[in-house]
Amino acid sequence: MTTRIGVVTFPGTLDDQDALRAARLAGAEPVPLWHRDKNLHQVDAVVLAGGFSYGDYLRAGAISRFSPVMETVIEQARAGLPVLGICNGFQILTEAHLLPGAMLRNNHLHFICRDQKLRVENAGTAWTGDYEQGQEISVPLKNMDGRYVADERTLDELEAEGRVAFRYLDTNPNGSLRDIAGITNAAGNVVGLMPHPEHAVEPLIGTGRTDGLPFFTSVLKKLVNAS
Amino acid sequence: MTLDTVKHATETPDASQPWKELGLKEDEYARIREILGRRPTGAELAMYSVMWSEHCSYKSSKVHLKQFSEKKPASDAMLVGIGENAGVVDVGQGYAVTFKVESHNHPSYIEPYQGAATGVGGIVRDILAMGARPVAVVDPLRFGAADHPDTKRVLPGVVAGIGGYGNCLGLPNIGGEVVFDACYQGNPLVNAGCIGVMKHEDLHLAKASGPGNKVILYGARTGGDGIGGVSVLASETFDDTKPTKRPAVQVGDPFQEKLLIECTLEVFQEKLVAGIQDLGGAGLSCATSELASAGSGGMRVDLDTVPLRDATLSPEEILMSESQERMCAIVEPQHVDRFMEICEKWDVIATVIGEVTDGERLEIFWHGEQIVDVPPGTVAHEGPTYHRPYERPSWQDALQADDAGALPRPQTSAELREQVLALVSSPNQASKSWITDQYDRFVQGNTVLAQPEDAGVVRIDEETNLGVAMATDGNGRYAKLDPYAGAQLALAEAYRNVAATGAKPLAISDCLNFGSPEDPGVMWQFAEACRGLADGCLELGTPVTGGNVSLYNQTGDTAIHPTPVVAVLGVIDDVTRRTPMAFAEAGQLLYLLGDTAEEFGGSAWSEVVHGHLGGLPPKVDLAREKLLAEILISASRDGMIDAAHDLSDGGVIQALTESCLRGGNGARIVVPEDLDAFTFLFSESAGRAVVAVPRSEELRFTDMCGARGLPATRIGVVDGDTIEVQGEFEIPLAELREAHEATIPAILA
Repeated sequence: MTTRIGVVTFPGTLDDQDALRAARLAGAEPVPLWHRDKNLHQVDAVVLAGGFSYGDYLRAGAISRFSPVMETVIEQARAGLPVLGICNGFQILTEAHLLPGAMLRNNHLHFICRDQKLRVENAGTAWTGDYEQGQEISVPLKNMDGRYVADERTLDELEAEGRVAFRYLDTNPNGSLRDIAGITNAAGNVVGLMPHPEHAVEPLIGTGRTDGLPFFTSVLKKLVNAS
Repeated sequence: MTLDTVKHATETPDASQPWKELGLKEDEYARIREILGRRPTGAELAMYSVMWSEHCSYKSSKVHLKQFSEKKPASDAMLVGIGENAGVVDVGQGYAVTFKVESHNHPSYIEPYQGAATGVGGIVRDILAMGARPVAVVDPLRFGAADHPDTKRVLPGVVAGIGGYGNCLGLPNIGGEVVFDACYQGNPLVNAGCIGVMKHEDLHLAKASGPGNKVILYGARTGGDGIGGVSVLASETFDDTKPTKRPAVQVGDPFQEKLLIECTLEVFQEKLVAGIQDLGGAGLSCATSELASAGSGGMRVDLDTVPLRDATLSPEEILMSESQERMCAIVEPQHVDRFMEICEKWDVIATVIGEVTDGERLEIFWHGEQIVDVPPGTVAHEGPTYHRPYERPSWQDALQADDAGALPRPQTSAELREQVLALVSSPNQASKSWITDQYDRFVQGNTVLAQPEDAGVVRIDEETNLGVAMATDGNGRYAKLDPYAGAQLALAEAYRNVAATGAKPLAISDCLNFGSPEDPGVMWQFAEACRGLADGCLELGTPVTGGNVSLYNQTGDTAIHPTPVVAVLGVIDDVTRRTPMAFAEAGQLLYLLGDTAEEFGGSAWSEVVHGHLGGLPPKVDLAREKLLAEILISASRDGMIDAAHDLSDGGVIQALTESCLRGGNGARIVVPEDLDAFTFLFSESAGRAVVAVPRSEELRFTDMCGARGLPATRIGVVDGDTIEVQGEFEIPLAELREAHEATIPAILA
């Protein structure tokens, strides 16, 4: 049976087609999901893609978090469904309290689009199994509100439990605390990050690297092994 | 206030009307009265005044723009030409591409963020209205002197506005330009281009035919923003003594536009639309009159059904409002329900505001009372035509006689080295990544090349790897010295840039930015530029598919440099064959293609080192440009070159610097025997490029150039971590990088 990876489209989601393409290139069956539809259509994993859902009005991710589809996503994520939040998807996951912390406006106050170096700090999550622990990768980063913040105790906890999944290398592009680019929940099934692995899946496109593809192959392997 | 109905207008023929305040001339007002056989109502006057403004009617420019049709080259690629929302070009495999460049200059000076943002929004809706999915945007920008305090107000706002709007729409920004020159101080040029892709059968045209078909307004509610923006903002020179016009700039909501895009593409896909038009300049006045006149003529609109953001708006204001993110569709009655369902799915408000009638008049009602009764063609297309006087300015001869070749040149190698660093660190030649990194170039996952590459390239078919390329160029300094040649050089550079990536140039769009047409000297510049561009397009075989004219770019009596910006669209059958600009492989051989002469008029060197503008621009040789393009395309397709970079402002040293820094490799350069080092490094002769050739391909490549008669001179090799010009100087890449990349952040950050 093919593994089905669902990608949610909210009003204002922009990178849904890219995430669907990445899922397909990894060998999964891509399944578009619609924000008004609570039904996840038997997908085996969900990607919350990047963009400006609801125009980032109120706060990035704050409105999408209350959409019908998220009721099911939140419920199933708690039951172990692999969920990946990229950029705006990460913001939605923090708003939904599936991941701790929040994202503030970049410290330089500009939108920034660049090829960003990261270190994989936890290769044990559902979405990172195909990386080596400590592996350095490069994927595009593009955001306005990408500065990860949390209180000191939460940050210490994340560090202690190995839940910092990705850290910025060379340059911290937005002022994120402790150079955090992405985190995971304790169970390792819910991962959020600001950079865009779905833009780094084909040798010719974007930065010309495929460093993002293992996100999607990782979850595929995890699901195949589990079944 | 009494409603000025058609009946009331007939009964009060002598009532005084604010035609002057609305920007109409006395004879134009008289012409409106003659057309209608009575005085116009307030609503009619509003419509005529916006539609007959310079911005909408092209009244000063159209006698010159005619040449683009008259001298149109024979091209199999053109599907739709000038006159529609945007031109459409066949790119093969059943695909068509539509593209256009427009200006949003005046609003962007007044309110940089919103002016630039709504410029992006407007051009994207133009593309969408043709039935195409927008796939990329480009932004050619020009600002005042980089170190002028007002540039710090205008530029960051414009850049944030373009990013804020375009990023939120999910359109990759793949190209454009940023130029600084004191002549743009009070008149920055904010041009915006968009490319859209569709299948041939999905082409939609703006017309309303079929009596009984419904007129549906959908998208944002109508508010008071941008009222009079078209006639007041776009057609009048800035003057400090008048009250502020800030409220006349429109306010954009990119989230609404994203929904509008998806919703519109879905109604296209289900073939629910008989005709469609975006609402931009002149709002509903423009959309209703253009749709009606392009169809059978008759349309009835109940204006009180238009959803409003501000319930106090008068009917005149509703007709003139330039509220953004609105579209107008003509839908057959049996499709209306499904159309509404799709709008509801995307949370887009849609309202039937009228229907197509079997008459020949556009009739608009306000709570049952008729306020407009006009032949729509007279509003949309029968605006005045001016044959404005034009004359070569008296100073033109003196300017051309002030030869840049006579300027003092560097006397020692140390001086040459110093001038190289001064050039690559000057604001116009420095890296613009501080600006372009505020734009998303990756979204949609099809970006093959983006700025600072010579042209942006996006894949449009994942199966076949078909792609399109676009470059925009324009050099106001060249055009000031000779507008005819300047327009051709803009065309030639954009054409060359597209070819440098391996794509075949197909067609062009232009944005013609000039001063006041009421100045005969400016009008001469405009006439010359149009003639040059039309002649150039004929020779290169690239038709003009459409574009935009922006006049009155001047402060007081001082006009900007004449600035024709040309966007060239190209097609590449297989994007895996594209040629990037980076020197990525050490050991590859560097070849200079084309001839280098002593040409410094309008050059970056003359500007940076001497603050000089005079003489003649580089010689134009379009036959050579064509040959160079053929070589670049063949070499790319057959894998003979691994990098290519066009030569333009800044000459060889600028191109070498950019390609070396991008690839992270140095170069050892030998000055060709027949040239002195200075001319070799700084001349801006046109029709040239530098390429990196793998050693295994050298013979095949030079044979091809020899056989086709293109001069190819070996100038060095990719190697090391310095740029070394043998016998002259050596500059470490780190030093070059610091010089090239630190300038713009130091000024703006």
